Amino acid sequence: MAVIELRNVVKDYGQFKLSLSMEIERGITAILGSSGAGKTTLLRIIALLESFEGEYYFMGEEASEKHRKKITMVFQQPVVFRGTVLDNLLYALSLDGNSSKEKAEEILEKLNLLEVAKKKAKNLSGGEKQRLAIARALAIEREVYLFDEPTSNLDAENASIVEKCIRDLAKSGKTIVIATHNIFQAKRLSDKVAFLHNGKLIEYGETKQIFENPKNELTKKFVSGDAYY
Amino acid sequence: MARKIVILALAILVITFGLYFYEQNKRKELKILTISTTTSLYDTGFLDEVARIFKEKYGIEVHFIAKGTGAAINDAKLGVSDAILVHAKSKEEEFMREGYGVNRKIFAYNFFVIVGPKDDPAKIRGSSVVDAMKKIAEAGREGKAIWVSRGDLSGTNVKEIALWKAAGFDYEEIRKEKWFRETGAGMGQTLLYASNEKAYTLSDTGTYLRFKRAGKIDLEILVDRGEELINVYSIIVVNPEKGNENFDLAMKFEKWLVTDGQEVLRGFGRDEFGMPLFYPAVEVLEKKIEPYYSWIAKYGFINGSECPKEYRYRAEEYGIAFW
Amino acid sequence: MVSLFGDLDWGIVAEITLRSLKVSGLAAILASTIGIPVGVLLSLYNFTGREFLKSIFNTLLGIPTVVMGLFLYLLLAPKGPFGFLGLLYTEMGISLGQMLLVLPIVVSITATSIEQVSEEIYELALTLGASRAQAVVKVISEALPGIVLSSIAAFNRAVAELGIALMIGGNVFVYGGLANTRVLTTAIQMHVARGEIDVAIVLGLILLSVVFAISWIMNLVKKWL
Ligand SMILES: Nc1ncnc2c1ncn2[C@@H]1O[C@H](COP(=O)(O)OP(=O)(O)O)[C@@H](O)[C@H]1O
Ligand SMILES: [Mg+2]
Repeated sequence: MAVIELRNVVKDYGQFKLSLSMEIERGITAILGSSGAGKTTLLRIIALLESFEGEYYFMGEEASEKHRKKITMVFQQPVVFRGTVLDNLLYALSLDGNSSKEKAEEILEKLNLLEVAKKKAKNLSGGEKQRLAIARALAIEREVYLFDEPTSNLDAENASIVEKCIRDLAKSGKTIVIATHNIFQAKRLSDKVAFLHNGKLIEYGETKQIFENPKNELTKKFVSGDAYY
Repeated sequence: MARKIVILALAILVITFGLYFYEQNKRKELKILTISTTTSLYDTGFLDEVARIFKEKYGIEVHFIAKGTGAAINDAKLGVSDAILVHAKSKEEEFMREGYGVNRKIFAYNFFVIVGPKDDPAKIRGSSVVDAMKKIAEAGREGKAIWVSRGDLSGTNVKEIALWKAAGFDYEEIRKEKWFRETGAGMGQTLLYASNEKAYTLSDTGTYLRFKRAGKIDLEILVDRGEELINVYSIIVVNPEKGNENFDLAMKFEKWLVTDGQEVLRGFGRDEFGMPLFYPAVEVLEKKIEPYYSWIAKYGFINGSECPKEYRYRAEEYGIAFW
Repeated sequence: MVSLFGDLDWGIVAEITLRSLKVSGLAAILASTIGIPVGVLLSLYNFTGREFLKSIFNTLLGIPTVVMGLFLYLLLAPKGPFGFLGLLYTEMGISLGQMLLVLPIVVSITATSIEQVSEEIYELALTLGASRAQAVVKVISEALPGIVLSSIAAFNRAVAELGIALMIGGNVFVYGGLANTRVLTTAIQMHVARGEIDVAIVLGLILLSVVFAISWIMNLVKKWL
């Protein structure tokens, strides 16, 4: 059974309309597409932050407020709370009913944030904020993790740290969806790729198939890097 | 957390009500007399002295509220004050005619002064009041002099209007002319402005002396003689039939002001300025000291008396006689 | 003995300063008690008339204190509609008047600082597993520095305003009196009118110091929050 099932889901902004059906399974799914394709909109619908038309089933049940506790999302533009980096983590943990400082520090260490643990989160650099946002999501136990362009602000070293974390998460049996416009990241990381263009799901399949044998011309152009704009 | 906030908010409201009732109760126990007064009188500091004496001697707190004569009269009409100290006869008469005020007593007088720059471009030094006003208007129209008016219908302003009329001008007309400025502010502000502009203005003695002594203004007294310049201060008690619950206390204050208060008045400001700021009026009226008696009678009496019979109210109970 | 001509009596200066603190402090506390919840409601909840209410508070933000003072004076005068309260020329009268004056400040700074954080913080809290109520609490706690700022701004405006203190307070002062209402601003105005500029300057400096000190302490509190 698919973890997430979207049936004829439509989000109409007037200028832009997202309209698709898809099923997402355990493992890593990449939502690939150029900017403005509708990746963020799709993730927000899955995260139950956005109203929509159509049907959405979460592990077989009609998705509703209560399923929000099974999903977390890391925004494209990292948002941090007032207070220190550690406070940020402790807040997330406290909502999960588990505010252990050890756990928080363990995760900070993993994401290379331990030395800024006592710093005010608002004063972090863009890359540090992004890692903090990821750390905060990793700190809590969820079925589904949504990452919106998780490495867009990161240098190569930190990007690979984040990718490793995502891989570890997948290994523990979680469902991960990452939105990215980076074809190499999709190729490196994901089990499946969904190629989005103008709010439509153009092609959806195994990563290997999408990159080596794309069926659609648009997909072909995008994964070959010709459409990299 | 939410409950704590609600409790805190309630506590604040309860404390506020507590403070309110505490203050109201305290005021009930105190003997408070509220008197609205013209600013020029208040700003001399004379009333501070009066308030101190009343607190120390009689345990009565006299609250003086400083306003222009017009506003002071308004205060009384709204039931705010128990008596008023003012210096604008026409308005006082109206106030009494409408039934708000009774038992008017003249308690002090002094003289307005026409002040101006030392070089005196309109050449008014030593002139009579009427001539001085004429000369200023003339020089003003030639672009040689500036006149500054308070334009706020204060007692001083009312006096000024009367002086222009005596000199043959219509205030409403000349106030539109270019050499004629209005501040709409108090006497101090007006003096500062006049000093800056090297202009002429009409001032009460008290304010002029204080600003002069403090070195704030560069103006001189150019005309200070003449009956037209007399400034008569009176007290009017608010009519108990218009809701004055403090009539008794107000009458006792009036009584003090025209008896013991006269001595306080006589000495006030003498050491400071080398001249008194006020002259006690009661002895002048009693002994008919000339020429002041005639001047006060002319500029301060209403229908030949400081308080016509119809405006008197149980004054004899307090041993107060009217001239 | 009161010195009538400019020589400073520090006892009087202390009395007036303390009264300023007390009266305007109460005004700021009351305005916060009422204004913060109203600001939260206006910024977080959609209801009919919300925009209208907001525009009212925004308009009141710029009301001149003399106009407000005159208005309240007419309401509170013994023969006015609220005369029975006996608030004219009392400390409580000034407090309540200033409270009305600074209420729009508290409401709009509170509302603005919540609106600035509300969307993204609310959603972030939801993604981390907060209930809607918990997310609202988080939004408010994120806006706390702004809310604290609204209270300081309210106090500073109250303590520095003249119109209401003069019209509703009356600048009453009796040496040793128990019902005085003279505060720093009315004293400054009076001494200026009396040509005692040096006294006015000293009082002005005290007023400035009060405003600076409160702002400074509150800034520390804000950092610590
Ligand atoms: N709240 C909104 N109102 C109107 N248009 C929106 C809104 N959110 C996103 N859009 C539009 O939807 C399109 C897709 O946006 P988005 O999902 O953010 O794309 P991506 O994440 O792939 O870059 C864009 O054209 C964007 O302008
Ligand atoms: Mg996006």
